Amino acid sequence: MLPFTVIRLDHVSKTFPGSSAPAVGDLSFEIAEGEVACLVGPSGCGKTTTLRMINRLIEPTSGTITVAGRDITSVPAHELRRGIGYVIQQVGLFAHRTVADNIATVPKLLGWDKARAHRRTEELLDLVGLDQSLKDRYPSELSGGQQQRVGVARALAADPPVLLMDEPFGAVDPIVRLRLQDELKALQARLRKTIVFVTHDIDEAVRLGDRVVVLNVGGVLEQIASPADLLGAPSNEFVARFVGSERGIRRLSLINVKDIELDEPLGDGQPTISPDATLLDALQTLLRSGKHAANVDGSGSLSLERIAREVK
Amino acid sequence: MSFVASVVHWFADPAHWHGTDGIPHRMFEHVELSALAVVCAVLLAVPAGVYLGHVKRGGVLAVSVVNIGRAIPSFAIVAVALPIAIRLGLGFGFWPTWLAVFALALPPMFTQTYTAIRNVDVEAVSAARGMGLTGPEILREVELPLGAPLITAGIRIAAVQVVATAPLGALVGWGGLGRYIIDGLSQFDTAKVFAGALLVAVLAVTTELAFDGLERIVLPKGVRRLSRAEIATGMAKAG
Repeated sequence: MLPFTVIRLDHVSKTFPGSSAPAVGDLSFEIAEGEVACLVGPSGCGKTTTLRMINRLIEPTSGTITVAGRDITSVPAHELRRGIGYVIQQVGLFAHRTVADNIATVPKLLGWDKARAHRRTEELLDLVGLDQSLKDRYPSELSGGQQQRVGVARALAADPPVLLMDEPFGAVDPIVRLRLQDELKALQARLRKTIVFVTHDIDEAVRLGDRVVVLNVGGVLEQIASPADLLGAPSNEFVARFVGSERGIRRLSLINVKDIELDEPLGDGQPTISPDATLLDALQTLLRSGKHAANVDGSGSLSLERIAREVK
Repeated sequence: MSFVASVVHWFADPAHWHGTDGIPHRMFEHVELSALAVVCAVLLAVPAGVYLGHVKRGGVLAVSVVNIGRAIPSFAIVAVALPIAIRLGLGFGFWPTWLAVFALALPPMFTQTYTAIRNVDVEAVSAARGMGLTGPEILREVELPLGAPLITAGIRIAAVQVVATAPLGALVGWGGLGRYIIDGLSQFDTAKVFAGALLVAVLAVTTELAFDGLERIVLPKGVRRLSRAEIATGMAKAG
C-alpha cells in the first residue's frame, strides 16, 4: 500500500449486461494523496468505466473500491459524489443557470448559505482564470475554453479532496487544450488534490500525470509508472507501441538537468545551461551552438553522450 | 349589400351582443369548455410525460398515443360520446364536446412533454448525477427547467387546437362560437357563418399570443433564448 492511499481499487471488474467480455477485468491499483493519476489507453480499454466506478456512476460487477479508507458502497451514492469533483468532456453545464449558479450547484446541495456560496464562487472564478464579469452570463454565451473552466470551477466548488476528470480537454482546440493543461498544472501545484484523469492522449497523460496508468482493451493493467519511467522503460511491447517511437526524445522534456549526474565542469568557451532547464532544452542549446558539451551553472557539465544515455 | 358589408352589419347589430346567443356569452362558453379541457389534459398528460421521460421508458407508448390521436377524428368521439352522455344523464352538448377536445389535447401535450424530458441534454444530466444530485433533484433542477420550453409549447399547440375544434360541439346542441357557424348554415346566413368563423380564428390567435406571453414570463432565462430551436428539433423528434 502507498503511504497515503486515497483511492484503492481491489480486484475490480465490470461486465456490462448483455456483453460476454468484461469491460474491466480484475483491476487493482492505488492512487496516493495529492497525486495526479492519468488513466490512458486505446478505445475499449475501460478507462472511463474505471473512472465512473469510483463515483458509482457505474457499479462494479465484483471487487471493492475505497476512497479515503472507506468502502464507497458504505454511503449513499449521491452523498459520496458530493465529496468528489467530477468534470466531463462535454462539460454538461446547466443552460438555464448562470455561471455563478452553475458553480454553486454542490454548495447549494450541501446547504451553504448564500453569502458563503457567493464568496466561494468569486474565489473560484479567480482560481480558474475567469473574469468576475462572466458571473451572470449563461453557458451559451461562453467559449468552449471558458465553459470548460466553469466546469472545473463547478467541480471544485465544495473543495472536494478528490477530483475525477474524464477527457476534460478533449473537445477544445489544441492551443486552448495546451493552455488548459498548463492552468491545471498550476492549479494542482496550489491545491494538491488527488486527481484521476482519463485521456486517450499519451502526450496529455505524460504532461499532466505524476503517474500514468496504461490500460489495454478489456481493462487490463499494462503498466503503472511515472511518466519518465514509462517512457524510459515500457514494461512490454504494447506499452512501447502505445507511448510511440519518439518516446526517448519526449522523455528528455520530463527530466531536469539538475536531476541527473553531471560530468566535471569544462573550461570557458562552452555554452551554459541552467540547472532548471530540461534535458530537451539542453539538447537544443547544444545542437544550436554546434558544441559537444555545455557547462551547467556552477555544478558541472553535460555532454551529448550523457543526454543520449537518458534517451534509452 | 356586399358580403363584407353584411358581415360588418352583423357585428354592428346590438342584438348580437346581448343574451344567451350574444357574442360575449358564446365567447365565454367557448373559453370555459376549452379551458376545462386544456387544464384536465395538462393534469393528465404532463405528469405522465414527465414521469416516463424521467425514467426513460414508454417511447413506444409516446409514439402510439400520437398516432391514435391523429387517427381518430374528433367528430367520431363526439358521435360516440353523445349517446353515452345521454344515457348517463349528463345531457348532450357539453360533455361529449369536452371529451372530444380533451382527447384531442392529450397527444401533443404528452408527446411534447415526454420528448422534452427524455431528450434533455444528456451531458447536463450526467454531470448532475456525477455531482451528487438525487433522481428527484435532477428532475426538479435540471430536466424540468431545461425541458420547460418544449412542454409549454406542447400545451400551447394543444390549446390552440382545442379552441379551433370546439365549434364541433354546436353539431350536438352545445353552444360556443360554433353556434353561429352551424345556425348560420341552416339559416343560409353566410354573413353569420363567416362571423362565427372569424370569431373562432380571433380566439385561436389570441390563445396562441396569450401562451406566448405566458412562456416569456414563466420560462427560465437561460433557456428562453434557445427555445425556438429546441421546439423545432423537439417537434422533429416527436413527429
